[in-house]
Amino acid sequence: MMPRRIRRISLFLTAHIDGLLLGAVLLLMTTGLVVLFSASNASLPRVSSQLINMLVALGVMWAFANIPPHYLLRLSLPAYVLGLALLVGVALFGEVVNGARRWLSIGITRIQPAELMKIAVPLMLAWYFDRYEATLKLRNFLVAAVLLVMPVALIARQPDLGTAVLIFAGGCYVLFLAGLSWRLIAGIGVAGLVSLPFLWSVLHDYQRQRILTLLDPTQDPLGAGYHTIQSTIAVGSGGLIGKGWMKGTQTHLDFIPEPTTDFIFAVYSEEFGLFGSLVLLLLFLLVIARGIVITANAPTLFTRLLAGAIALTFFTYVFVNMGMVSGILPVVGVPLPLVSYGGTSLVTICLGFGILMSIQTHRKLVQT
Amino acid sequence: MSELRINPGIEFRNTQLELYHFHLRLAILAGFVLVMFVALFARFFYLQVVMHAHYDTLAEANRISIVPIVPNRGVIVDRNGVVLAHNYSAYTLEITPGKVADLEALIDELARIVDIAPKDRRRFKRLMEESRRFESLPIRTRLTDEEIARFAANRYRFPGVDVKARLFRHYPQGEVFSHVVGHIGRINRREVEQLEANDMLSNYRGTDYIGKTGLEQSYERFLHGTTGVEQVEVDSGGRAVRALSRTPPVSGNNLVLTLDARLQEVVYRAFGDRRGALVAVEPATGGVLAFVSKPGFDPNLFVDGIDPQSWNELNNSPDRPMVNRALAGTYPPGSTFKPYMALAALTYGKRTPHQVISDPGYFMFGGRMFHDSRVGGHGSVDLYKSIVVSSDTYYYMLANDLGIDAISRFMAQFGFGSRSGIDIPGESEGVLPSQAWKKRRFKKPEQQKWYAGETISIGIGQGYNAYTPLQLATAIATIANDGVMFRPHIVDYVEDIRTRERTFIEPKPLRKLEVKPEHIRVVKEALVGVNKEGTGRRAFAGAQYVSAGKTGTAQVIGIKQGEKYVESRVQERLRDHALFIAYAPADNPKIALAVIVENSGFGARAAAPIARQVFDYYLLGKQPRTVKDDDDATQD
Repeated sequence: MMPRRIRRISLFLTAHIDGLLLGAVLLLMTTGLVVLFSASNASLPRVSSQLINMLVALGVMWAFANIPPHYLLRLSLPAYVLGLALLVGVALFGEVVNGARRWLSIGITRIQPAELMKIAVPLMLAWYFDRYEATLKLRNFLVAAVLLVMPVALIARQPDLGTAVLIFAGGCYVLFLAGLSWRLIAGIGVAGLVSLPFLWSVLHDYQRQRILTLLDPTQDPLGAGYHTIQSTIAVGSGGLIGKGWMKGTQTHLDFIPEPTTDFIFAVYSEEFGLFGSLVLLLLFLLVIARGIVITANAPTLFTRLLAGAIALTFFTYVFVNMGMVSGILPVVGVPLPLVSYGGTSLVTICLGFGILMSIQTHRKLVQT
Repeated sequence: MSELRINPGIEFRNTQLELYHFHLRLAILAGFVLVMFVALFARFFYLQVVMHAHYDTLAEANRISIVPIVPNRGVIVDRNGVVLAHNYSAYTLEITPGKVADLEALIDELARIVDIAPKDRRRFKRLMEESRRFESLPIRTRLTDEEIARFAANRYRFPGVDVKARLFRHYPQGEVFSHVVGHIGRINRREVEQLEANDMLSNYRGTDYIGKTGLEQSYERFLHGTTGVEQVEVDSGGRAVRALSRTPPVSGNNLVLTLDARLQEVVYRAFGDRRGALVAVEPATGGVLAFVSKPGFDPNLFVDGIDPQSWNELNNSPDRPMVNRALAGTYPPGSTFKPYMALAALTYGKRTPHQVISDPGYFMFGGRMFHDSRVGGHGSVDLYKSIVVSSDTYYYMLANDLGIDAISRFMAQFGFGSRSGIDIPGESEGVLPSQAWKKRRFKKPEQQKWYAGETISIGIGQGYNAYTPLQLATAIATIANDGVMFRPHIVDYVEDIRTRERTFIEPKPLRKLEVKPEHIRVVKEALVGVNKEGTGRRAFAGAQYVSAGKTGTAQVIGIKQGEKYVESRVQERLRDHALFIAYAPADNPKIALAVIVENSGFGARAAAPIARQVFDYYLLGKQPRTVKDDDDATQD
C-alpha cells in the first residue's frame, strides 16, 4: 500500500521533470549560492534570501513543466497583449528608479513588465508562426518583426538595454528557426550596418558611453570604464586556479561593482580561476545542449520555436554577461542566469526551463 | 522563402523537409553557441593565463596602498627646559575640494553642524588657492568632542569631508619668541620644488607643514624627523582595511636653546609698548641669551594658515610686527660706534690714551661745521673722556685722521657690515661704508666718489653706517671677550629623543682680532666709566655689579647745518632711535647686549634702563620694577 502511494507521489512530482536539465540547473544554482556567499562578504541573509528565490523558481519550473504546451499556445496572445499594454503603461505612468522608467505600480506592489515579455514575446512569435505554419510568407515575417520590435523598442527606451537585447535576440532566434530566408538575413545584415549611425543617434548618452568605454575602457578609468577595468583585473588576476574561495582581493576590497548581481562572474573567476570558468562554461553548455536537444525533438512548430527561443535566449544571457564581465561586450546590465543574486530573472529563467521540460515530457501526447 | 513553400499534395515529405530545414538551422545555431563559448574560453585563457602576471600586478596595486606616517616634530625648549614649541594632537574637519561639487553649499551645510566662523572660511579659501584640488584642507581645526560626534552622525551627508587627527604645533610663549623660534606653516609650491631639488620630498609625504621662519626653518631637517611607512590593504574607497607592514616614523630631534625664556620675557616686558630690538649674548661662547624684536606677533596664527584679515592687519600695521628688527633691521650705531673708533685709533697709532684734544663744540672741515651734541663742547678731551661723555668733536677729528678705508678695514673685524652667521635665516648685512662700497652701491660716477666730508660723520656712527642690533651685540661681546669673536648661535644642542644623544652647536671662535690687549683694556675702562660717571650713570646707579656700556642715538632724519635737533618738535616716527651697548660684570663678562628703542630719543634715557633690568635679572635674579625712562638723560 505504502510503496505504491509513494510511487504515485513521486510520479506526480517527477513525471514532467527532465532529470538532466534539472541536475545541471541545480548544480549551477549551488555554484551560485557558493559564490554569492563570498561575493556578499559572507552575508547569510543574502544567501538564504537567494535560496528562497531558488525554491520559488524551482516551484514555478515544476508548475510550468506540468502545463501541457497546448495550454501555453492559448495563453500566448493574451500574455503578449497584456505585456505590451503594461509596457505602454510603464512608458506613460511608470516610476523612475535610478534614472530608468521600468516599474509599474499596481496597487500593492510594483512590477517590471519587461520581465514578463522575456517569455511572452517568444510565446507570441511561436504562436504566430504556428498559426500560419501552412502558409508562411514574407508578410508573416514582417508582421513577426513588428510584433518583436514593438516591445523591444519600448523596453530599450525605459531604458533597459540588457532586457531589450535579450528579448530581441530571442525573437531573432524564432525568426531564424521559423525559416527566414538567407537572402533576407543578408539584406538585414547590410541594412543594419548602414543604419548603425542612425541607431547611434537614438541611443541614450549613457548607452553610447558604455559602448565607447568598451572600445577603450582606459579613457574614463574612474567613470564609465571603471566597471570593465576592475572586473577584467579580477578575472585576469584569478589565473589558472584562482585565489581561492573568499580570498579574492578585488571582490573583498570592493573593487568589483555589483559583485552579487551583474558582476558575480568576476568574483567567481577571480576565486576559482580558469578551471572554475571552464567548469561553469561546461555546465552552461550542458543546459543549452539539453535545450537544443529538446528543441530538436519538439513535436510541433510552436513547441520547436518556443523551446529554441528559450534555450538560445539562455545562451545569450550567459554570453552577454560573461562577455561584459571579461571586457569584450559593453556593460548592458544582464545577470548571469541561475548564479546572479536576484529573484525576478531567476523565476523567469526557471519558468522557461519548466516550459522546456513540459515540451519534452508532453511530446508523446501531442504526437498521437 | 522558397524552401518553406508548402506543397499540400505531399504532406509527409513536406513535414520531413520542414523538419530537416529546422534541424539544419538549429544545428547552425548550436554551432554558433559552441563557437561563442570557445571564444569566451579563449578570452578567459587570454586574461587568466597569457596576461595573468599583468592583471595580478594590477590587482596588487589596487589592493596595497603605501601610507606615510608623519613623524612628531621635535620640541624646542630654552636652556632651562621651558617649552617654546611643542605639538598636540587635535581633530580637524577637512574638505577635499576636488571631491565636492558645490563647495559653498557644502560649507553652509557643515556650518549647521560645527561652528564655522567667517575667519575659517576666509582661511580655507586662501588655502585652496595655494593647493592642489585633491588635497585635504582643514576648514575647522581643534574640533570639540561634541562637534566630532555631531559630524560623525551626519557624515554620510558629506562626501569629501572627513575628520582627521592631526598633530598641531603650538607656541606657548606666543609673540615673545615669534622672531627667534619662528613658526611653521603649510608647505607651498616653492617649498615643494625646493624639497624635490634636495631629494627630500619623499620624506615629506603626508607632512603638511614645514618651518617657515626662525629656528623652525633653519633647523627644519633636525626637527622634521623621518617619515614612517605603512603598507595597508585598502578597499576601492581608499579606506584602510588592515596593515600589512609598518616602518615606524622617527621623531624629529629636540632643540635646546641657549636662550633664557625668563630673561626674554623680562626684556619683552621692559620694552613696554615701544618698538625696538635687543640681542644679548654670552661673550665667551656666542650663545644668544635673549633675542627680542618688538613688536612681535602670535606665531600660532600661522600654524594652520593665517586668515587674510589677520594677515593684512599684521602686514599693514605701521609698527611692522613682521619685521625681525634684531636680525634684519639696520640702524646707524650712533655713539655706540665710538669705542670701536677709539680702538682703531689706538691700533693704528693715531691717538694715545692720554692725548688730549680741545672740543669747542664743533669741528670745521672743508668750510662746513660739524656740531657736537653738547653746545660749547666738552673742553679738553682725552680718549677716556671722549667715550665717557661721548664727545663728537673728538671722533670727527679722529675719523678725518684715520680715513674711511682704515675705519672700514678695522670695523670689518668686528663683523660690522657682514652677516654674523647666526643660526636663523633672514639676516641683513648692514652697511659698512668704504670707498669700494660706495662704488658698488651707486651707479652715477659723481655719486660713486667718496668725499672726505662723508668720513667725518662716519666717526660718530652716523652717515651711511647701518648695522643690525645683532651685529652691535656681537661686536660688544667681542670687546667683552677681549677680542675673541664667536659666531652667535641660538641653539645649544640638538637632542635625539631616542638615543638621548646630544649634538652640540660648538662655540666657534670666528676670529681673534688684531688688537693689542692693552688697547682693549683702555677702551674697556672707558666703557666702565660710562656707567659709573658718564652717560650711563643714571641707569646704572646703585648696581651691585660693575658694568660697562655705551649710549648712542641714531638719527632718523638728517639734521641740517646749524639746526638744533629738538625732540618735541619732531614727529614721533621721525624721532631718533635710542641705543645702548653693554656687558657685565665688567671683569668677567657673562652677558653682553645691544638694545635699540625706536624713536625714543637719547640712548641713555630709553635704552640704558632696559639694559639695567636685563643685567639685574640675569646676574642677580631681580625681577624688574615697572620700566621708567630716565628723563633727565639728554646726552650720549
